[in-house]
Amino acid sequence: MSTSTATDAAVKAGPRPAGGIRQSVRDSLVVAKRNLIRMVRIPEVVLFGLIQPVMFVILFTYVFGGSIQVGGSLSSQDYRNFLMAGIFAQTVTFATAGAGAGIADDMHKGLIDRFRSLPMARGAVLTGRTIADLAQTALTLVVLAGVALLLGWRTHENFGKILAGFGLLLLLGYAFSWIGALIGLSVRTPEAATSGGLIWLFPLTFISNAFVDSNKLPTFFRHIAEWNPFSTTVQACRELFGNLPPGFKTPDAWPMQHPVLASVLWSVLILLVFRTLAVRKYRSAAA
Amino acid sequence: MPGAIYAEGLVKTFGDVRALDGVDLDVPEGTVLGLLGPNGAGKTTAVRCLTTLLTPDSGKATVAGIDVLKHPNEVRRSIGLSGQFAAVDEYLTGRENLQMVGQLYQMKAKEAKERAGELLDRFNLADAADRPSKTYSGGMRRRLDLAAALVVSPPVMFMDEPTTGLDPRNRQGLWEVIQELVAGGTTLLLTTQYLEEADHLAHDICVVDHGRVIARGTSDQLKARTGGERVEVVVHDRGHIATASEVLRGFGKGEVAVAEHTRKMTVPVTGGAKLLAEVIRELDARGIEIDDIGLRRPTLDDVFISLTGHAAELPDAGADAEAEAGADAGPHADAGPHAGPGSGADTGSQRKKEADK
Ligand SMILES: Nc1ncnc2c1ncn2[C@@H]1O[C@H](COP(=O)(O)OP(=O)(O)OP(=O)(O)O)[C@@H](O)[C@H]1O
Ligand SMILES: [Mg+2]
Repeated sequence: MSTSTATDAAVKAGPRPAGGIRQSVRDSLVVAKRNLIRMVRIPEVVLFGLIQPVMFVILFTYVFGGSIQVGGSLSSQDYRNFLMAGIFAQTVTFATAGAGAGIADDMHKGLIDRFRSLPMARGAVLTGRTIADLAQTALTLVVLAGVALLLGWRTHENFGKILAGFGLLLLLGYAFSWIGALIGLSVRTPEAATSGGLIWLFPLTFISNAFVDSNKLPTFFRHIAEWNPFSTTVQACRELFGNLPPGFKTPDAWPMQHPVLASVLWSVLILLVFRTLAVRKYRSAAA
Repeated sequence: MPGAIYAEGLVKTFGDVRALDGVDLDVPEGTVLGLLGPNGAGKTTAVRCLTTLLTPDSGKATVAGIDVLKHPNEVRRSIGLSGQFAAVDEYLTGRENLQMVGQLYQMKAKEAKERAGELLDRFNLADAADRPSKTYSGGMRRRLDLAAALVVSPPVMFMDEPTTGLDPRNRQGLWEVIQELVAGGTTLLLTTQYLEEADHLAHDICVVDHGRVIARGTSDQLKARTGGERVEVVVHDRGHIATASEVLRGFGKGEVAVAEHTRKMTVPVTGGAKLLAEVIRELDARGIEIDDIGLRRPTLDDVFISLTGHAAELPDAGADAEAEAGADAGPHADAGPHAGPGSGADTGSQRKKEADK
């Protein structure tokens, strides 16, 4: 090896001028590939990500199944169908804690410094991470849907609508993963990112219609639940899956009346706001 | 015209700590600047400011002629960085790490792959290229990180303690790589704790302490500042110390420093080997048995200890040195002007330190 080869390579490689959107997409994919390789090499993470929601499905159907009334029905089959959209939404939401922990870990190990010293697109490190997480979430949803079918979950709408329902779930998960990313960039250690990334998820998912009929909540919580973006997506999925129980009275709140539109609006709004904040934070973050 | 790395009045504070307290640097194109200083002096902070990772509170900086604060992304295109702690992805193999970095420097996938192969060979990592870097030893990881900094052979490089943790063979190897790069026109800012390394590689040296540049110049200038050559004698018999001191006083150009318990005496001299021979003859003539005698030239270690030790004893000393530097034409004025009263004081404290040993 001699210097001349090195210099030649440099001339050939010659850092090219930034290519705007194209460069962003390309850089994001390079980072996403890196994160996907990591997932393959640390399969435990993916595995635990699967076990948790499967456990939730089993616990809720068998433990609470017969004792929770939804709409006018006490049938456990009706509850199972009702519940599933909630579990799916909970799964995509809890997956976002991973994005924050991963980013905090990269900062901790100095990798973010390496990335920040490279002439790459600004948001690409975060976009790459969130895209890789999205792929993992999609995989989890597929497995979970399979388990749900085995346990007796049934849909009553056409395939297109069911796909649309899963699309909304992934969109919600993607939007939330930017909140996770922002938390990961704002804390000092990966441990703090994990707990910080989980804390907000509990009120979000429990003050909602995910596990119970929101009509039965105390008035104060009922209002929150009905405007909660998380509930909106759950409601949209129930509609798209044909999983609303017989005799269910749709609440009057606007998002519950137009859940699909409201779900898209919420997710896009969250995505725009938190992506902007996270990218700004990334640029100023000091490890 | 400012050099390839130029900084003026850089200040960076972290809460109460003034990590950088008005640092000026000027590194001409194609040269190596060695940044020396004790732990916590602000070396890493300076590197991070110049590589766009930190925004200084005040001051200005250009790298490859580009303003670091105004056009950070353009600066990133022209620099390679190897930070103090290896920044590689543990779960990616060495090859994958380098390929990723190449692609993020906007190389095509194929080019990045070829370049990764070249660098793995060059840094003796070919055998481990396809193992996750988690399985690498500390020195291997360090080398992988250095390779990542060299992916596009950028015109300006920053290396923060690049040889820390490398075995002697790999350290030598890295020195060769650095010399090749510099011969090819690369400008390098290197921080190090190994003064031998700065001596070997750096054209100019800056000693920083408490966020300030307390001395700068070539290695020879700094050594001259610490004092010229000295004769060091260890006598066999404690009883001979007084006589030996008297002999040395006769030959020396200054005070004789005496360390009673080690029976060692040191005196600044001029006259080199010829004078040494005369000293030996004279001591012999007086029947003084000697265990060891030698002509000692100051090393950069002496410079380092005398400069930073001095600053620690007298908090004002740093400020004085800086004021002098400010009066110089610029950061590149040689160490000559420092060789005034300050240098005498330095030598004094150096001698005192030795006497204390
Ligand atoms: N992120 C930070 N937050 C708070 N203080 C910091 C931070 N980074 C550096 N410092 C402080 O700034 C000072 C300079 O640190 P720096 O890392 O630049 O030293 P250094 O010369 O590189 O030391 P070493 O030889 O140990 O690597 C130290 O006092 C350090 O504690
Ligand atoms: Mg340091």
